Amino acid sequence: MTTIAADAHAHDHHDADHKPAFFARWFMSTNHKDIGTLYLIFAIIAGVIGGFISGLMRIELAEPGIQYLQTWAQIMDGPDATLDQAYHLWNVLITAHGLIMVFFMVMPAIIGGFGNWFVPIMIGAPDMAFPRMNNISFWLLIPAFMLLLGSTFVPGGLGNGAGTGWTVYAPLSTSGSPGPAVDMAILSLHIAGASSILGAINFITTIFNMRAPGMTLHKMPLFVWSVLVTAFLLLLALPVLAAAITMLLTDRNFGTVFYDGLRGGDPELYQHLFWFFGHPEVYIMILPGFGIVSQIVSTFSRKPVFGYLGMAYAMVAIGVVGFIVWAHHMFTTGMSVNVKMYFTAATMVIAVPTGVKIFSWIATMWGGSLSFKTPMVWALGFIFMFTVGGVTGVVLANGGVDDVLHDTYYVVAHFHYVLSLGAVFALFAGFYYWFPKMTGRMYSELLGQLHFWIFFIGVNVLFFPMHFVGLSGMPRRYPDYPEAFAYWNSIASQGYNILIIGVAIWFVNIFWSLFAGKKAEGNPWGEGATTLEWTLSSPPPYHQFETLPVIEDAHH
Amino acid sequence: MAGAKNHDYHILPPSIWPLMGSVSAFMMAMGAIFWMHADQMGSAGPGLFGLGLAGVLATMFFWWMDVVKEAHSGDHTPVVQLHLRYGMILFIASEVMFFVGWFWAFFDFSIFPSALEPINGLFPSKGVEVLNAFELPLLNTLILLCSGTTVTWAHHSLIHGDREGLKKGLLLTILLGILFSCIQAYEYAHAPFPFGETPYSSAFYMATGFHGFHVLVGTIFLIVCLVRANKGHFTPRQHFGFEAAAWYWHFVDVVWLFLFAAIYVWGGWGAPVHGG
Repeated sequence: MTTIAADAHAHDHHDADHKPAFFARWFMSTNHKDIGTLYLIFAIIAGVIGGFISGLMRIELAEPGIQYLQTWAQIMDGPDATLDQAYHLWNVLITAHGLIMVFFMVMPAIIGGFGNWFVPIMIGAPDMAFPRMNNISFWLLIPAFMLLLGSTFVPGGLGNGAGTGWTVYAPLSTSGSPGPAVDMAILSLHIAGASSILGAINFITTIFNMRAPGMTLHKMPLFVWSVLVTAFLLLLALPVLAAAITMLLTDRNFGTVFYDGLRGGDPELYQHLFWFFGHPEVYIMILPGFGIVSQIVSTFSRKPVFGYLGMAYAMVAIGVVGFIVWAHHMFTTGMSVNVKMYFTAATMVIAVPTGVKIFSWIATMWGGSLSFKTPMVWALGFIFMFTVGGVTGVVLANGGVDDVLHDTYYVVAHFHYVLSLGAVFALFAGFYYWFPKMTGRMYSELLGQLHFWIFFIGVNVLFFPMHFVGLSGMPRRYPDYPEAFAYWNSIASQGYNILIIGVAIWFVNIFWSLFAGKKAEGNPWGEGATTLEWTLSSPPPYHQFETLPVIEDAHH
Repeated sequence: MAGAKNHDYHILPPSIWPLMGSVSAFMMAMGAIFWMHADQMGSAGPGLFGLGLAGVLATMFFWWMDVVKEAHSGDHTPVVQLHLRYGMILFIASEVMFFVGWFWAFFDFSIFPSALEPINGLFPSKGVEVLNAFELPLLNTLILLCSGTTVTWAHHSLIHGDREGLKKGLLLTILLGILFSCIQAYEYAHAPFPFGETPYSSAFYMATGFHGFHVLVGTIFLIVCLVRANKGHFTPRQHFGFEAAAWYWHFVDVVWLFLFAAIYVWGGWGAPVHGG
C-alpha cells in the first residue's frame, strides 16, 4: 500500500500530554482514546455477563431433562415458580445472551473501542470530528444496558424478564409478553440505536474529512475502510429497527395493530423490518473484524495486503449486497418459490466478495516472512473458523435446505462460527495487536498463546457438535431435548468449561501485563507494521498529531 | 486544551452534557415504563418522564449554546464547518431511513391487505371513511411548499446581507410551519377514524404523526434561528446553523410530499370519503 514517511512528531512539549483531572477525564471526556478505553472496559464487563449466561445455558443443556432451571426460576420469580415460569426464564436467558453479546459486547468493543482508538490515528487525525458527541455515544450505552439488565427483574410474559429472543418477534413480544420487561428491552434498543447512529455519523465524517495530507481514500488502512462501510450500515439500518420497535411499543401500549394478525395487522411485517436491519447488523459485527485481520496478517507477513483495492471494495460490495438479502432469515414464513429463489441467489452472491477476502489473506501470507505472534495466531484462527461459518452459511442460504434446518442447532452452530469464533477472534486478535500501543506494556506471549489454543479448542468443542445435533433436527431455544441428542450436548458443555479456562488466562494476562509487562516500544512489531499508530509512542500522547503527518506515495 | 496545536480541527475541553444527557435519557425511559404500566408500577411515571424530558431538553439547550459560543470564538474553521455539514446530511439520511420503516408498513398494508377477517382484502379497512386529500391535506401541501420558498428567501437575503429580509423570511416560514401544525391538529381532532384499531389508521397516524413531530422540531429549529438572527448572529459567509435548519425543513417538506401522494391521495383512492 504505502510506506509511511510521516514527519517525526514532537512529543516533547508537555501540553500535548496534559490530561484533565479524574472526573473530567473519564466522565466528561472529549478524547477519542479515553472514550475508546471506556468502550473496551464496558464491552469486557458486558461480555463477562453475557458469557456467564451462556454458562448457565450450557450447564442446563449438559444433560436431557430440567436440572437447574426450576431452581433458578425460584430465585427469579419466587419460591412457588412453576415449570412454565422456568421455561420462560430460559427464553429470558437466550434473549439476554443474544442482545448483550450483539449490542453491548461486540459492537462497543469493535467499533466503539478499536474504532475510536485507531481510526483517527490511522488516518493521521488528532481526534474524532465530533469529540463531544463521541462521548454521548458511549454514555448512552450505560442507560441502555441498565434498562436491559433491569428488565430481568420485572414481569415479562409468564415470569420476570423479556423472553422474546433477541429478534423480539411479534406476537410473542406483544400479546405474549404483557409485562413491562419487553418495553424496557425495546427502549434499551432505542437508546443503544441512538448511540450507534451518532457514532456512525461521527466515524463517516471523521474518515471523509480528517485524513492527513496525502492520505487518499485508496491509501487508507483496511481497518479504516471496514469502519467506514460499517458506519454506513449502522446509519441506514438502525433507523429501520427504530421504526420497527416503535411499532412494537405502540402495538403493546397504545392500541395500534401493526403486528396484530387478528385485527388485520401483519406479524410478518415485523420480521421484514427487523431483518432489513438484522442482516446488515451481522455485517456490522464482522466487517471491522475483517479490517483488523487484514492489518494483522499484513503486519506479521511483512507484506502489504494482497489485492488492497479488491479487499476494500469487497467490503463495500458486502455492505451493499447485505441490504438486499434479509428475507433469507424468513424462508419458512411461507414466501413464494420465486421470492425464495431471489433471496437464495442474492445471498450466495455475498460469498464472492467474502471469498475475495479469504483468498487475499492467504495470498498476503504466501511468500511472506511469517511470525506467529499471538495476534497472528488469533487472526489465523479467525480466517479458519470464519470460513467454516461462511461455508455453513452458504448451505443455509439455500431456501430449500433451510426449510429443514431453520431454527435448528445447525443455525446456532453457523452463526456462532462467524460471531463467537469470527468476530470474537478478531476482537482478541485486535486486543493483543494493539494492547502494547494502548497501554504501553507488552502482553505475555506465553499466556497469549495459551489463551489462544485453549480458547480455540474450547469453542470448537462447544460449537462443532451443534452441527450434528442440528442436522439431526434438534431445535434451538429449548432447555430440554430427547435422549438422542445427549452425547453431543454433553461434549458441547465440556467445550464451555475449556473456553472459560482460556478466558481466565486472558484476564491473568491483562493484569499481569498491565503491572509487570515489559515496556512497549513505539513499534513492537517491526517493519511489517506500516500504519500510523506505530509511528507514535506507546501509549500515544494524549493529543497526537498536533502537527499533521504527511503521507507520501511509496512509488514516488 | 492542546498546546502547540498546528491544525484547524476542533479539540474540545471536557464537557458534562453527554453524561447529563444520558442520565436524563434513562429517567425519561424509566418514566415512560412506569407511565405505561401504571397499574403495576404506581404513579411515579409522568413525573419521572417529565423530569427526564426536562433534562434532555436542558442538555440540548446548554450543549448547543456551547456550540454557538464556539462558533463565535472562531473554533469553527472551514474544515470544522465541513464536519457540521457532513454531520447534518448524515443525520437527515438516517431520518429518511426511519421514515422508510413507516412507509414500509403502510405499503405492506395497502398492497398486501390481509385476506382474513376482519380485513377481507380491503384497504382501507371496511367502515373507514378517509379524509378528502384535496381539502385540508392539499392546503397543507401548499403551505409546506410555500414555506420552502420563504426559507429560501430568508437564505438569499442572508447571503446578500439583507438582514430584514432574513428575519421576514424566517418569521413567515415559522408562521407557515405553525399554521401547518394547527391544521394537522384540527384534522386529527376531526378525523372520522380513531387512532389504531385498523392497519390503515395505525399506519396513517404513526406516519403522519412522526412527520408532525418533525415539523415541530423543524419549527423550533427555525425559531432558534430567528432569535439568533435578531441577536445579530450569522454572517453572509458563515451561517451553518441557519443552513442546517433549512435543510431539515426541506427534508420535512419532502417527507410530506410522499405522505400526501402515498397515504392521502393513493392510499384513500376508492374508499368512502368523509363528508363527501
